[in-house]
Amino acid sequence: MNRLFALWGTTVGKKVAMAATGIVMILFLISHMISNVLIFRNPEHLDSYAALLRSLGPALWVARAGLLACVLIHIAAAWQLTMLARRARPITYAHHEYRVATYASRTMRWGGVLLFVFIVFHILHFTTGTLLPGWQDGRVGDNVKLGFQSVPVAIFYLVAMLFLGLHFSHGIWSAFQTLGLNHPSYNRSRRLLAWGLALAVAGGLATIPAAALLGYFK
Amino acid sequence: MKLNLKIWRQPGPAAAGAMQSYVANDVSEHMSFLEMLDVVNEELQTKGEEPIAFDHDCREGICGTCSLMINGTPHGPKRATTTCQLHMRSFSDGDTITIEPWRAKAFPVLRDLIVDRSPFDRIIASGGFISAPTGSAQDANAILVPKPDSDLAMDAAACIGCGACVAACPNSSAMLFTSAKVAHLGLLPQGQPERDQRVLSMVHQMDLEEFGGCTLFAECEDACPKEISVENIARLNRDLIRATVRDRGQVHVESGAG
Amino acid sequence: MNLDAKVPGGPLADKWDRHLADLRLVSPANKRKFHVIVVGSGLAGASAAASLAELGYQVSCFCFQDSPRRAHSIAAQGGINAAKNYQNDGDSTWRLFYDTIKGGDFRAREANVYRLAQVSANIIDQCVAQGVPFAREYGGMLANRSFGGAQVSRTFYARGQTGQQLLLGAYQALERMIGKGAVKMYSRHEMLELVLVNGRARGIVARDLVTGEMESFAGDAVVLATGGYGNAFFLSTNAKGCNVTAAYRAYKKGAGFANPCFTQIHPTCIPVSGDYQSKLTLMSESLRNDGRVWVPKAHGDSRGPRDVPESERDYYLERKYPSFGNLAPRDIASRAAKEACDDGRGVGPGGRGVYLDFSSSIERLGEQAIRERYGNLFEMYERITGENPYRVPMRIYPAVHYTMGGLWVDYNLMSNLPGLHVVGEANFSDHGANRLGASALMQGLADGYFILPYTIGDYLAGAKLEKVDATHAAFREAEQRASAQLNTFLSINGKRSVDSFHKELGHVMWNECGMARNREGLQRALKKIPEIRAEFWENVKVLGSAETLNQSLEKAGRVADFLEFGELMCQDALQREESCGGHFRTEYQTPDGEAMRNDHDFTHVAIWEYQDGAAPVRHQEPLDFEFVKLATRSYK
Repeated sequence: MNRLFALWGTTVGKKVAMAATGIVMILFLISHMISNVLIFRNPEHLDSYAALLRSLGPALWVARAGLLACVLIHIAAAWQLTMLARRARPITYAHHEYRVATYASRTMRWGGVLLFVFIVFHILHFTTGTLLPGWQDGRVGDNVKLGFQSVPVAIFYLVAMLFLGLHFSHGIWSAFQTLGLNHPSYNRSRRLLAWGLALAVAGGLATIPAAALLGYFK
Repeated sequence: MKLNLKIWRQPGPAAAGAMQSYVANDVSEHMSFLEMLDVVNEELQTKGEEPIAFDHDCREGICGTCSLMINGTPHGPKRATTTCQLHMRSFSDGDTITIEPWRAKAFPVLRDLIVDRSPFDRIIASGGFISAPTGSAQDANAILVPKPDSDLAMDAAACIGCGACVAACPNSSAMLFTSAKVAHLGLLPQGQPERDQRVLSMVHQMDLEEFGGCTLFAECEDACPKEISVENIARLNRDLIRATVRDRGQVHVESGAG
Repeated sequence: MNLDAKVPGGPLADKWDRHLADLRLVSPANKRKFHVIVVGSGLAGASAAASLAELGYQVSCFCFQDSPRRAHSIAAQGGINAAKNYQNDGDSTWRLFYDTIKGGDFRAREANVYRLAQVSANIIDQCVAQGVPFAREYGGMLANRSFGGAQVSRTFYARGQTGQQLLLGAYQALERMIGKGAVKMYSRHEMLELVLVNGRARGIVARDLVTGEMESFAGDAVVLATGGYGNAFFLSTNAKGCNVTAAYRAYKKGAGFANPCFTQIHPTCIPVSGDYQSKLTLMSESLRNDGRVWVPKAHGDSRGPRDVPESERDYYLERKYPSFGNLAPRDIASRAAKEACDDGRGVGPGGRGVYLDFSSSIERLGEQAIRERYGNLFEMYERITGENPYRVPMRIYPAVHYTMGGLWVDYNLMSNLPGLHVVGEANFSDHGANRLGASALMQGLADGYFILPYTIGDYLAGAKLEKVDATHAAFREAEQRASAQLNTFLSINGKRSVDSFHKELGHVMWNECGMARNREGLQRALKKIPEIRAEFWENVKVLGSAETLNQSLEKAGRVADFLEFGELMCQDALQREESCGGHFRTEYQTPDGEAMRNDHDFTHVAIWEYQDGAAPVRHQEPLDFEFVKLATRSYK
């Protein structure tokens, strides 16, 4: 354990923690995306999938706790690195130009905050139903249809998915770098993988609010 | 050509500074950027104003002394070029040029455009070496080094320690500098015995100096006058993880002194 | 003046080994009681400071740059010689020795040069162990190339950045000892005074260039590793900060200055482009391995280089020196370029340039091979001139590059002032009247790694040193003298900048004491320099204060010293009535324009002794050639 704390104590270690937790969250989101698009076959599929998860009992709670821990570690590391970066340049440049930094890399921090707000909303919206009048326990498919009847909510989901995609593309790309798993010959495929995964997951998830906006569920 | 200059002036480390405007007349396109500043300084002195202080020495792009944030980019607009080798043919008549010092908490301004880069020395002192006391070496050809490794090590060793990577990084991270040395020594067979210790000590020292962390903007690689690759940062990360995993508690982290 | 060179007797090959056996040792427990002050952190200074600290001495190291890694050794491009004979081409210690002493036109000490050749092999071993990434062959062995003036491949290199890599090796060794607390490093500190107590060098006064504070440092021995004085010419390939101040102020304290007129002009630099020019950029001599030097045969030929047909080109080095061709030694290649330009056949703006053409090598080996060998040099050339040397030939012209002269030292690298040791370019010892390519790095590291650490122990073990600390009156007095000079600069409040005086001096030095010298010119310079100096002290303008970082004030002190030292160089050049190596007196040449040595009268080192308020006195150290026969240098 000591060596893990020692690693966390370095700026590099915090990035390693972000990369590791990021990978867990990506894996979760891949499965989340695949299960969600089942709604296009039949809303009841979603309900039975939800029931399956619930039947896991305590294991589900372990998984949820694990995911929550990942989110918290990811955020804590990001927060600390952001504060370090702020302190590291007390006087900013009168004139500064980005030359190569991508839009994705430059929106990691604010995008990350937006995604956090989104996740909280999303849980209160669909998981607990706190923010969704008429929410019914276990009726996932109906809840989704109901939730996306509100146009602003659907748009918010779409915007969030856009940032999720950006966040993913830079996150996956740089996770390889942070874990030291790169090689110049694979740089191209790494780029492709990052963008491909980002597009698949964020795009896949975005199809549902998009479909709702286009009236698919009416 | 005629140029409008906006230059950071600061009389001393504790004094307040501000941007000031100057006009440079009769600038020849064959001048180097520093020669242009020499001419401005000559005029300032004639008028009884103190010349603009800036770091420079070899003026051939190798000593790493010159710095300058020129129009928001370290060492100016040309890639793979230090300020001393930047020539005025890269600018046009009537241009406004903003000239600022490197900005980082770890690099405090000493005067005008001069900053203190001693944190880099301390990072090297903490572990950026191979312990080979004078006289202890065996024959130079006794250990063979594959040419590709040697070439990669040389790519990393080309770092001139100018600090442009820190200046360019939105986090003011010194990872490109530190990783270049970790990679240079870690790629060579001679560097293996201290490889774990080296990376742990150097990263520790780098963090103590209050540089920010790397979040892979890759601005450093673009700003580096010697085109040091961010691939070295991945090497450092790999070495640090490896050293952490292999650590049995004997590795102790030292901070550089001086 | 005590000028005993203390060269040990016996056969040449055994001198150093026997001397090592005879040197007194300081016991390990006593080493930490001795404090050695090393001024300068280039190859010689950093390697000496690191090695001394490894042995257990307390070391303080000083440099005026912001970091020891910036010393100008870093700019050396081409390589470092070593008698390894890895290429099996017949190299040996003797051959490297002979090439060096012959290249120096028989004006260096045999024993010193032989020792240099002996330890050259150890240097390569040491540097490889430190992780210097020398060029390698595919089999993993070290690669070599041949370099200006040598007929064997004995030069080790790291792309075009050999000096950088060797310096970083020494710097890392130094930083390692700094990290251990064994060396205390003072960056941005400039030595302004050498302090003698009872005739021995016991410390220095240095100015903290950031705070302006004058500080005294006492020690048991002082090592000067402060480089050369090429900036006396204003324009040179030296870094802007390179200066003679430390060496010159030691000279004013009684250290002998040897052969100050021996300066080397490097043949392959980028020509001057205008009067704002602040320095000259060297293109590695290794370029001459694959580049051919030529000028048009016709006077005032204004055609572009590609329009001059082969038959109308004069490949003058190949023509005059068929066996060495484009690889003729530096002084010869430089002078030949000057002759071609003086003859009205120079190329480029102002006609002060010759072509260095790679087209036949590119045809023979392909552009890729040339790019691999010289890529970074070609890029540098293009950045500076805006021309692409893969397409059009480079234009080159000679520039001041290295100074063979320096403070006089004995075989132990100690000056005539007990306790004052001098290493690297700052001493005079190994290169005679001309230095061969890739030998400067070799000498700097030989002195610092493998000679001084032994010989300084002999001094410390043998000297009865009383306790002296920085409160001693001699330090107070030196501090006051140094401060007084700074205050004088600030109070003159004249009309001209320091740089303008430096340029004026440089102009005189280049014209009268440059590649070719003669009595009239030198006498003109000796009249002109005191006039410039007098005006300097009345009309220089230095703004600001001595209590802050003040770059003009730093320069003022350095230029004040150059204004005195330039005169000494001219004086030495005037008195040496012969042509040898880099010192070419137009009066002393053969009918076909080759240098004519005068071995009968000048086979000696000229050593100058400072006299307060009077002309300096010239002493001689005769050079005995026991083992080699003085030959006329011929590269035909």
